[in-house]
Amino acid sequence: MKRYLPWIALVAAASIPLWLHDPYILNAFITTGIFIIAAMSLNLLLGYTGQLSLGHVAFFGIGAYASALVSLGFDVELLFGIRVVHEPWPVWTGLVMGVVVAAFFGYVVGKLSFRVRGAYFVIVTISFAEVVRLVALNWVELTQGPLALTSIPPVTLGLPGVGYYDLYSKQSYFYLVLAVLALSYVVISRLVNSRAGRAMVALKENESLAVSVGIDVTGYLVLAAVVSAGIAGAAGGLYAHYLKIIDPDVFLFLYTVTMVIMVITGGKGTLAGPIVGGLIFGFIPVFSRSFLGPELQWILYGLFMILIVFVLPEGIVPAIEKWFAARDKDPETPLVKSTQAHIQDAP
Amino acid sequence: MSVASSAAARPALSIEHVAVHFGGLVAISDMTFTVNEGEVVSLIGPNGAGKTTAFNVVTGFLRPTKGAVHYRGESLNELKPHEVAARGLVRTFQRTSVFQSVSVFDNVMIGLHRRGRSRLWDTLLGLPRERQSERELRERAEQILETVGIQHRARDLAGALAYGDQRLIGVAMALAADPSMLLLDEPVSGMNATETVRFMELLGTLRGTGMTILLVEHDMPMVMGVSDRIVVLNYGRIIAEGPPAAIQGNPEVIRAYLGEGVKKRARGS
Repeated sequence: MKRYLPWIALVAAASIPLWLHDPYILNAFITTGIFIIAAMSLNLLLGYTGQLSLGHVAFFGIGAYASALVSLGFDVELLFGIRVVHEPWPVWTGLVMGVVVAAFFGYVVGKLSFRVRGAYFVIVTISFAEVVRLVALNWVELTQGPLALTSIPPVTLGLPGVGYYDLYSKQSYFYLVLAVLALSYVVISRLVNSRAGRAMVALKENESLAVSVGIDVTGYLVLAAVVSAGIAGAAGGLYAHYLKIIDPDVFLFLYTVTMVIMVITGGKGTLAGPIVGGLIFGFIPVFSRSFLGPELQWILYGLFMILIVFVLPEGIVPAIEKWFAARDKDPETPLVKSTQAHIQDAP
Repeated sequence: MSVASSAAARPALSIEHVAVHFGGLVAISDMTFTVNEGEVVSLIGPNGAGKTTAFNVVTGFLRPTKGAVHYRGESLNELKPHEVAARGLVRTFQRTSVFQSVSVFDNVMIGLHRRGRSRLWDTLLGLPRERQSERELRERAEQILETVGIQHRARDLAGALAYGDQRLIGVAMALAADPSMLLLDEPVSGMNATETVRFMELLGTLRGTGMTILLVEHDMPMVMGVSDRIVVLNYGRIIAEGPPAAIQGNPEVIRAYLGEGVKKRARGS
């Protein structure tokens, strides 16, 4: 049953645009989907290697800017009068470059800061995000600064010789986001259910013990940071080409906090956690909007978060898994922690 | 040392004039000893004598202030812990010997890390090599659990097991890392008499496979029972070295363990 759950969820999600025609709700699904992808990438670091990246929005924003700039083109003057002129490229190359550039910065941050753990890692990531935000704000020639990058082209799909198709409609963006989400899910689930994933969990649990059996700590943490930043960059690229406008506010700390809330409430270290948490916290503002003022919406948001953390400290998904495990109580299937339960599903 | 025995014995691990200082504190002042291939050597001494520090130096967790450590002719001084493990030198820990919130089986799977053959691309693309490698690792994990004798607890969380059983998982994990030499830090602490006897049998099995073993242990009957040689440390230096029978009668060792006050007080009262 558990094996088919992701497929059932995928089919159910794919059917949404067929019966849901309210553009406002569909828009909420698209932006929520983008944030779920970002939350999934954060979960790879926070839930599996145990490192909290409180500057995660930096990778999201870098992906957004890189993708937008590659597809818009730019003309900047660097030091010593060196000019860099970039002609616009097709949008899909922009999305790919967004992933690559974000992953590169993931590598840099990973290398820089994985000598430091815990609180120090948190500080390094926050500082990194702030530096990137200031660059986006002040390098006006490249990013337009607070004026924002505008008229970002929509995503184009197509093959040479067959024809191209611009994605303008919400339906097509919904499927694009769903596809990227599914791909990210596959990448993360394969990674965490492998030798590499076990190495990450080992590092989270007990670093000395992990290195004593020959696991290269830093290598696996950097790997997790690169994959995580790359996926966050993909989410950022989708965001830029969907909204068609981005400004330095994409680097707001609030977005990182939103991702962390999605991961923690859904259940960190579980594959489904960020999706469940993301759906809940993506849709609370949407539903409460109809009967609450904006201030009360955020109060409701906060109350809901406190309630979940208080009642289900491990998150929603682990709580559900435990409940099912306790229900069909069978001495052969003990309460194995969710992350490891997946590992053992295979035989 | 006789000529015959030195010709037969090939040194596996050699520790030469190692000193470890923490600021002004001297944890090890000058330590020199060797462990030969296939030998079981015990490192004993009162608490704080520097036994665990010696382990940390050998396995790369600490850099020696002075001196050199060689394993099979290769210097270990500059190596990181995971690189030392990759050379076949694997340790267990005194206190935290297992990954608590992971199942016993997965503890061993983590230990098997170095034996996995799948590359990152195999994993991400789900290629056959990934599945084959995982299948081999699972089979190997089951064998190791059987060797150590905790296969019946494979699916339980490691943290839920009794302390003595957790020590066994620690050894299982070390074995999984494919060692040619095992360094065991107080493996039977927290075990009852029956478990200790079983553990001694396990050590016997391991030495039968040609494994070199360095043991830190307080349980004297066990140390005397399993060791080929014993090295006694006190205040960071070696005060005696030799086969169990010689160590048992060594007056310096008795003084280190019981203290001089014992004799004096016995005389005085």
